[in-house]
Amino acid sequence: MIRNLTNRIIITVIILAVALWVDLSNEVKILNPVTDEILFSQDLTPRLGLDLRGGLQVLLEADLPENAQIDTASMEIARDIVQQRTDALGVNENVIQIAGERRIVGEFPGLEDTESVLATIQQTGLLEFVDTGDLNPQEGSVLVTDYSPAGVPTDIVADGITVFHTVMTGAELASVNVSQDTLASRYLINFVLKSDGSKVFADHTTANRGKFLAILLDKQVISAPIINDAITGGQGQISGNFTYESANAFAIQLRYGSLPVPLKVVETRIIGPTLGADSLNKSLVAGLIGMAIVVLFMIIYYRMPGIVAVLSIMIYAAITFAIFKWFHFTLTLPGIAGFLLSTGTALDSNILIFERMKEELRSGRTLNQAMDLGWTRAWSSIRDSNLAAIITSVILFWFGSSFGATIVKGFSLTLALGVLISLFTAVYITRTLLALFIKTFKPQNFERWFGV
Amino acid sequence: MNILGKRYYFFGLSTLLIVSGLVLLAIKGVPLSIDFTGGTLLEVQFEAGKELDASAILPIYEDAGIADAQVTETETGSRIIRSSFLTNEARDAVLKGMREQSGSEVSVIRFDSVGPSIGKQVTQRAAVAIAVASILVVLFIVWSFRKVENAFRYGVCAILAMLHDIAIIFSITGIGAYFFGWQIDSLFLTALLTVIGFSMQDTIVVFDRIRENSNILRRLEYEKLVNHSIVQTLQRSINTQLMTVEFLLLALALFGGVTLQEFAIILLVGLLSGTYSSIFVAAPILVLWEKREWRTWFRRNAEA
Repeated sequence: MIRNLTNRIIITVIILAVALWVDLSNEVKILNPVTDEILFSQDLTPRLGLDLRGGLQVLLEADLPENAQIDTASMEIARDIVQQRTDALGVNENVIQIAGERRIVGEFPGLEDTESVLATIQQTGLLEFVDTGDLNPQEGSVLVTDYSPAGVPTDIVADGITVFHTVMTGAELASVNVSQDTLASRYLINFVLKSDGSKVFADHTTANRGKFLAILLDKQVISAPIINDAITGGQGQISGNFTYESANAFAIQLRYGSLPVPLKVVETRIIGPTLGADSLNKSLVAGLIGMAIVVLFMIIYYRMPGIVAVLSIMIYAAITFAIFKWFHFTLTLPGIAGFLLSTGTALDSNILIFERMKEELRSGRTLNQAMDLGWTRAWSSIRDSNLAAIITSVILFWFGSSFGATIVKGFSLTLALGVLISLFTAVYITRTLLALFIKTFKPQNFERWFGV
Repeated sequence: MNILGKRYYFFGLSTLLIVSGLVLLAIKGVPLSIDFTGGTLLEVQFEAGKELDASAILPIYEDAGIADAQVTETETGSRIIRSSFLTNEARDAVLKGMREQSGSEVSVIRFDSVGPSIGKQVTQRAAVAIAVASILVVLFIVWSFRKVENAFRYGVCAILAMLHDIAIIFSITGIGAYFFGWQIDSLFLTALLTVIGFSMQDTIVVFDRIRENSNILRRLEYEKLVNHSIVQTLQRSINTQLMTVEFLLLALALFGGVTLQEFAIILLVGLLSGTYSSIFVAAPILVLWEKREWRTWFRRNAEA
C-alpha cells in the first residue's frame, strides 16, 4: 500500500491543473498585485509546422569547398543577416536556424510567394557610403549610385535619374562597435576606418560639413546621418534614434554588409496550404479514432485499472501538450506520429504493470501486495525499455539537427519527451489513481473489477 | 505452450518473408526518392478540366533544359513531376509554361528540391546514426544484464532481432515499391528509426523476464526457462502490440493524410515485426546459442 496517498492526490491535481491551464490559454501573465505591472508573461500560441499549415523551407549551405573550415562565429553572423533580410519581408514567424557546421535552415510558414524570399536570402549585400548632398533620403528608398565592382566609377547617364556618388564602400571599414552615450543614454555606433578609407573620408567630410551621407545596403538606404564635423582621425560615430537592438542590428549590417560566408540554396520545400490543412484534419481524426478504440479496449479488458490507465493517459497527454506549448516546440506531422508512438509506450507501461498485478492476484496475493509487486516487478522492464527508446531518440535528434532534417528532429523530440513523461505518469499518477480507486470502491470480486 | 520447440519454423517464416520482399526490391531497384538522390519533386494542381497530360508537360520541362522529368497523376487530379534538380529560375519557367499551355491557374501543392550532395550525406549520416544507436543500446543491454550469465549474448540477440526488423521493413518497402510505386524518402527513414527503437524496447521487456526468472528458477533447463518467460509476457506483448500501437497506426493508415499513409503502413508492419522478433527470433537464438545448435545443422538426420 502506498503511504501519503493524500499528498500524492494533491500533487496530481496540481500538476493536472497547471497543465490544463497552459493547454487552454493562449497567454500566461502574472501581474504584481500591488502595481499591476507584468511580472512574467509567456505567449502560448501553439506553433504548427510547415507541413500542417503550408509554407516554404529552404536549406542554405556555405558555398565553399567541402573541406573548408568554417568558424561558428561567421555562421552565426550569416544566420543573423539572413534573419534580418527576411524579417524585412514582413513574413510572420520566420525561423532561421543553424543546422550543423555549414548549413542554415529557414522556415517561412504560410508563405507562397517564394521568389522574393529566395532572392532576398541569396542577395550579396553591398554597403556604400553615398554623398546625397542636401537631400535627406528616406529610409528604405532605393538610390542609383556610380559605384561599380571593378572599382572605376561608371558613367551612367540616365535621363531624369539622379546618380549619386559613392564616397566609399563597406570594404574600407576596419571595425564597428556599439556604445552607449553616457549623458543621454543613447546608443551610438563607433567605427574605425582603414588607412585608405580614412583619407577619403577625411577629405569628404571636411568638404561637405552639414550635408547628408547616406549609408546604403544593396542600394537601399538604411540610414542617412548628417555630417556634423569633419572626421579626420579615421574614427567616427553615427548617432540616431537607436535602441540597443537596432544599434546592434545596424552594426552587424555595417560590419558584414555582405554575408561572411557565401550561401547557396541546396534544398527547397514548398507545402501548399491546402495540403497542410488536409493532413492536419485527417491526422487529428485518425488519432481520435485510434484513441477511442484504445480506450474501449483498455476498459473492457482491464476493467477498473483500465479506467485508471485511460485517465492517466489523458493526464499524460495534457502534460505533454502543455510542455509543447510552453517551450514553443513546433508541432509537425512526424511530431504527431512520435506523440502517438509515445502514447503507445505509455500504455505499454500500464499494461506491463496490470499484467503483473493480475499474475500476482492469480497466485493468491492480497490486493495491496499485488499492487506493490506489480509496480516493483514491472519497473525494471519499464525502465530499461524506456531508456533504450530515449537513447535512440537522442541519436535521432542529433542526426536531425545536424542535417536540418526537421522531420526526424520533430519526431525524435516528441518521442523522447513523451517517453519521459510516460515514465512519470505510469509510475506515479497511475499508481496514485489506482490506490484512490481501490480505497473508494473497496473491490472484493477480482474477476469483475480486475478481469483476472 | 511450447513456442521454442517450433523455432525453426519461425526462422523459416521470417526468411521467406524477408527474401520475397527483398527479391522484389532487387528486381525493381531500390527506389530512392529525391531526399537521397537529389532532384526535384513538383506537385501542381490545375483548375478542373484544364489539366495537362504528361505529353504536354514534358516538352515544357525540356524547354527549361530538363530532359528526365517523369509525370504521375494522383487521385485528386494533381500532377507530380519528378526530375533532376530544378533551379528556382527553371521552376519559374516551368510554372509559367504550364500556365500558358493550360490557360489555367497552376497552384503549387508541394515543391521539394534537394541538391545532389545533400542526399548522399543524409544517407551516410543516417547509416552512422543507426550504427551508433545500435552500439549504444548493445552496451546498455550488456550493462543492464551484467548480473546474468553471458550478458553479451542478450545484446547481440537484441541486435539480431533489430536487423530482422530492418530487413522486414525493406521487404515491405520492396513489395510496396513493386506494386504501388513507393519510394524510400525521409519519412521512411523516420519509420525505420522508430522501428529500431521499438524493437529494442520490446526485446528488452522479454529479456527482462528471462533475467528475472533466471534468478528465481535456477534449476530449470535454459530452454524451458526462456519458453516460460515468453509465455508469461505473451499477454502483454499481444495487448501492447495489437491493441495500442497497431490500433493507432491502423487509424493513421486508413484515415490519415496522404503524406502519412505509406509511413503508417511501414510502421505498422515494422512494429508488428518488432514484437514478433522479440518472441520468435531473439529468444530462440538465445537458446540456440546456449545449446550451440549449429554443430548439428549439417549432420544428416539432425533433429530440429
